[in-house]
Amino acid sequence: MLRVGEDSAAPLLAVRNLEVVYGGAITVLRGVSLDVSRGAVVALLGANGAGKTTLLRAVSGLLSVHAGRVERGTIELDGESILGEPTPDIVRRGLAQVMEGRRIFAELSVDENLRAGAFTRRDSDGIRDTHAHVLEMFPVLAKRLRDVAGYLSGGEQQMLAMGRALMANPRLLLLDEPSLGLAPLIQQQIRGIVAAIAAEGVGVLLVEQNAMLALSVASWGYVLEGGQVVREGAGQELLDDEEIRAAYLGTGEHGRRSFKDLKTYRRRRRWSG
Amino acid sequence: MTKFFQLLASGLALGAIYALVCLGFVVIYRATGVINFAQAGLVVLGAFMVYNATFTWGLSFWLALLVGMLFGAALGIIIERLVLRQMVRQPLHAILLVTVGVLLLVEPIVTTIWRSPQPSIDTPFELDKLEIGDVRILQISIAAIVIAAIVLAAFFLFFRYTKYGVAMRATAVDQEAALMQGINVNGIIALSWAIAGVVAVLGGAMLGANAGPKTGLGVGIGIIALKALPAMVLGGLDSPGGAVVGGLVIGVAEVLAGGYYAEFAPAWLKPGFHQVLPWIVMLVVLLVRPYGLFGTKKVQRL
Ligand SMILES: Nc1ncnc2c1ncn2[C@@H]1O[C@H](COP(=O)(O)OP(=O)(O)OP(=O)(O)O)[C@@H](O)[C@H]1O
Ligand SMILES: [Mg+2]
Repeated sequence: MLRVGEDSAAPLLAVRNLEVVYGGAITVLRGVSLDVSRGAVVALLGANGAGKTTLLRAVSGLLSVHAGRVERGTIELDGESILGEPTPDIVRRGLAQVMEGRRIFAELSVDENLRAGAFTRRDSDGIRDTHAHVLEMFPVLAKRLRDVAGYLSGGEQQMLAMGRALMANPRLLLLDEPSLGLAPLIQQQIRGIVAAIAAEGVGVLLVEQNAMLALSVASWGYVLEGGQVVREGAGQELLDDEEIRAAYLGTGEHGRRSFKDLKTYRRRRRWSG
Repeated sequence: MTKFFQLLASGLALGAIYALVCLGFVVIYRATGVINFAQAGLVVLGAFMVYNATFTWGLSFWLALLVGMLFGAALGIIIERLVLRQMVRQPLHAILLVTVGVLLLVEPIVTTIWRSPQPSIDTPFELDKLEIGDVRILQISIAAIVIAAIVLAAFFLFFRYTKYGVAMRATAVDQEAALMQGINVNGIIALSWAIAGVVAVLGGAMLGANAGPKTGLGVGIGIIALKALPAMVLGGLDSPGGAVVGGLVIGVAEVLAGGYYAEFAPAWLKPGFHQVLPWIVMLVVLLVRPYGLFGTKKVQRL
């Protein structure tokens, strides 16, 4: 189903020296560089407020929605700059993102959510194939196609958000904390699905607080702190690292989870009215 | 009973017009979160545009309606581009007041361009009536009901089953997430304005052609068009289906109240109170059921 890039010299995603400022005043990313190659899972770790979501916004062109802008640096997808392009054009080039908090269209049916994910595509045969493939990958969705998406459980909503992103048939998939707030069993399912997606040639940039989960599936990982990459290395190497273990593997998730729940209330944010 | 059925037909025609105009309010509210008062101005401009096309240009009524619809769609898109798009990120009250400003601009524009218009828009039906037993119904009223039914049905098919209909609904739920699916959110907002323009022109033309109660052609059409707001509140602000139900209920209630005024109203009520009945309904709905009949029940922060 998923295409593999022809030009394998340039990495699929190349971010260089990225600097992002919100509201013309608050510098959040200070010279971040990062690569994702085809078929690889790359983990991006970091504490609350490190700038992980901001990096994803910069890549998918969503900064303007948040009064943010890229002050310096470059972002290339398959060797071509996507910096400053409108999000729909970037999606057309083969990027999809599962946003923090899932952000499914609660009032639409499961199937309409999936169809919305294919909005940029015109190849109806291809869409049908992808649709079938997504339902194979997420059997829970197949049973509930006609249901209103807002009534799905948290885990099912996360599956829907991932299925919706895959409907665009992306080359590069950005995942913002897909395991957040989900039971360990569901987290393991998601881990398996991430690995399966990458095995089909899609590059995956996986943002996680759950470092154990992320590093166990990622071939490479970056650690972001205060808007800078402070550590990078192979997944296993980071997993074995004492400092990383102390900083990211020991932390309880409870206080954070409730903070996250608060954040999802902001989802009806509009920039027109 | 004859009187009742004649009033009912007239009320349904007025209600169908309210439903059309109200749908315009609802689609823009869904897309942008703004109650767009300029919608009533589009209704007035639409009525005069169709009048101009028939009377001045000599087009047939049907062709004039078509021209008017195109004009309404274009005008909606232009107002959004030139005025509302500039207001992005401004506080809601500022945007609301700007739409009121656009509405207030319409009257001087219309009275300057059309200094002494005919009393109404000519139609092929003239004052012909359909007679069913003793019941006599203006053919233009029936035409208004049929046209509204066709246009509303077309809208619902579009809204429910097409790719752009799904995109419109997705955008109403979460603009940023819609954008992330590759949906051009500004395009969806423009589309909403175009739809609002089309239904406004149709509603205005029907009012100007005296469908339902005799309203005639004039800037007073704007006041009538604003009664789509009570319909919107009754239907639940963000529900297109609610717009139709709300429009019909308000239209029928208003006409029945006017017709039976003499028989039932207490002596102290002035004739003409039926014209404010929609606003009374709106107040009551806001007090007892703020999300209307079919609106999304949102958590209100007080
Ligand atoms: N729209 C905004 N305007 C101003 N500052 C912002 C905005 N969005 C985020 N920030 C700030 O930028 C910093 C990075 O935020 P970001 O959401 O990217 O962090 P994160 O790593 O994704 O955190 P989390 O794990 O909590 O999701 C934080 O200090 C945050 O307060
Ligand atoms: Mg984040």
